[in-house]
Amino acid sequence: MSFNNHDTVVRFDIVKNRRKFFIGSSAIIIIGLLFILIQGLHLGVDFKAGTRLDLYIGKEFKPAEVEAIIKEKIPDVAFSPVTTYGTYQAFTRFDKTVSSDTLMVVEQSLKAKYGDQVNKQVSTVDPSIAQEMVKKAAIAVAVASIGIVIYIAIRFQWLFGVATVAGLLHDVFIPIAIFSILGLEVDLTFIAALLTILGYSINDKIVIFDRIRENLRTMKSRSIEDLEHLVNVSLWQTMRRSVYTVATVFFTVLAIALLGSESIRNFSLALLFGLVSGTYSSIFIAAQIWVNLKERNMLKKKA
Amino acid sequence: MIKWGRFLLFLVVVALLGTLVATTTTQVAGKITLGLDLQGGFEILYEVEPLEAGHKVDIDLLKSTAHMIERRINIGGVVEPVIDTELPNRIRVKIASQSADQDKLRELIGKPAVLTFRDEAGKTILRGSDLAPNGAAVGYDDLKRPLVTVKFSDAKKLEDVTRANLHKRMAIYLDENLQTNPTIQSVITGGSAQITGDYTRESAQELADLLNSGAMPAKLIEKQVTSVGASLGALALQKTIYAGYIGAALIFLFMLFVYRMPGMIANITLAGFTYFCLVVLDWMDATLTLPGIAGFILSIGIAVDANIITYERIQEEIRSGKTILSAFRAGERRSLITILDAHITTLIATGVLFYFGTSSIQGFAVVLAMTIVVSIITNVFGSRFLLWLVIRSNMFKKPFWFGVKESEIGEL
Repeated sequence: MSFNNHDTVVRFDIVKNRRKFFIGSSAIIIIGLLFILIQGLHLGVDFKAGTRLDLYIGKEFKPAEVEAIIKEKIPDVAFSPVTTYGTYQAFTRFDKTVSSDTLMVVEQSLKAKYGDQVNKQVSTVDPSIAQEMVKKAAIAVAVASIGIVIYIAIRFQWLFGVATVAGLLHDVFIPIAIFSILGLEVDLTFIAALLTILGYSINDKIVIFDRIRENLRTMKSRSIEDLEHLVNVSLWQTMRRSVYTVATVFFTVLAIALLGSESIRNFSLALLFGLVSGTYSSIFIAAQIWVNLKERNMLKKKA
Repeated sequence: MIKWGRFLLFLVVVALLGTLVATTTTQVAGKITLGLDLQGGFEILYEVEPLEAGHKVDIDLLKSTAHMIERRINIGGVVEPVIDTELPNRIRVKIASQSADQDKLRELIGKPAVLTFRDEAGKTILRGSDLAPNGAAVGYDDLKRPLVTVKFSDAKKLEDVTRANLHKRMAIYLDENLQTNPTIQSVITGGSAQITGDYTRESAQELADLLNSGAMPAKLIEKQVTSVGASLGALALQKTIYAGYIGAALIFLFMLFVYRMPGMIANITLAGFTYFCLVVLDWMDATLTLPGIAGFILSIGIAVDANIITYERIQEEIRSGKTILSAFRAGERRSLITILDAHITTLIATGVLFYFGTSSIQGFAVVLAMTIVVSIITNVFGSRFLLWLVIRSNMFKKPFWFGVKESEIGEL
């Protein structure tokens, strides 16, 4: 490893400006919290009992016509306005579970109107199951975080562990907040997306912390200036990798979000938000929190 | 000095891989079981309730109910239903098939029909559970008239019953509906009886099916239903695969442009990675679902990252003035720990997902975990081996081949 090009590597002093990033992220988190508190999350049938009906009509249709048929066949259950998506597809949601027989009647009426290519996809969840799933999902996120933190504490030091957890909470919270702000549906695949984000974001943090740890061995870091310089250099040394990796994954996920099946659209969107916030927080939040913690440690030792 | 032998070995390895991929991919891909979200089908979670109040649902009741569901589905002629019992009182039924008449099957499964054989006084003398599994079939008498043959699991019981009711009628009821009312003509000793009557081929088959579907030992309540129409499933698959191609093409071009020769090797190993993942999926007999495909595409991202980490490291070492070979060695050594750390944490996440998730999330977790392991083999070791061969052939000594400009190289 050579040291002669350190100063050319650093193009912008990230560490010096860390307070700004902290303020920026705090602002986003506060806005997100407000939205979640006021507007809540738009829970899908996985978490809030009911029936989701996806329809493939196969030709041009008016949502109002479909609504009329549903209203006629299922008069006693409230449902959300029929929303079109993709080519000739639509979906709606019933507040209560609807029996398969009733839905079949609806499908038959639609077939009579639009032809035999009409196809349906049904997702029904009973209230008791929905509650269980919320519980399971929460436990899964908690256990995964604990497992990852333990691993980092063993492989690195616990200060890195603390910084990682702080960064991870940030990365999981941002997609939740954005989903709340945009009113996107939160279902089981959203939880899968969050856990994937967790995995990715930790990847990113580990690569950066790995470099910091390596440089700690070879570069002097006796003063606070030394430490800040070291972190700056480490961040810039891994910058290309951070940007390239997130770029390749980002474009792949973007392709899936734009061109892939509607049923994993929310999954892909959650991943997109999570990927960006994960990469951002690895560099501008988690590493900076570590600097703060480390500096406090150094000051204590001196005193 | 150029070492042709090494380069030749590299070409041979790549050619072999290429041939393998080109000739067998379609075959391997065709064998992979697609989940119900990709080919249509349904998944229902039932809660099992005892028929009579006060009875308890235990593991035996759960198992025999699951067994009965399987029998009923088999009557419907569907290939390979997946039926899982989930303690304390649930049964999950998954049927991925384009041809199955979903609504009819659901009706067939859920029917809490009780099959009874009653004597003339209306007393139940035999039950559906006394029938041997799939014991009813269509047969023909000497005059080629259709009849239904019935096999009971307990020959002695049948013998006793037929002796006690000889020349009397024995009514067969499904719930409270009389199905047929044959007369017992002789004492039946072997356990096999025949029901004759004015049957056509169809009506005989219908009765046989009915008898085979037997009695469900418990009530089934649908708690969660996911059903996908065949064309919606196919549409989802087609679109997602198409999106995957676009994503892969972007990655391919990117790696080639930024890392040149190592990028090319990364692309070769990525193709190999995708291929081997398909092969392992096939071996595992895993069912590929939409979230599974998403996990798969993500794993390609992780695999790319492993290459990027390594190549960035190598470029850095080249810039610091090392020779290509020692830059390769240093870069490879230093990136390995980082990559392993990153992969292990992702594995931890998939483990948790699998443990806590329900079926579709578990599918996602299994696919992701599998691909991470395959990725370590192909994109860490495979990619290094190929790169090593190429570098040792001494054909690519210019930093240009590694995406490094001469002007960037510092003095050592």
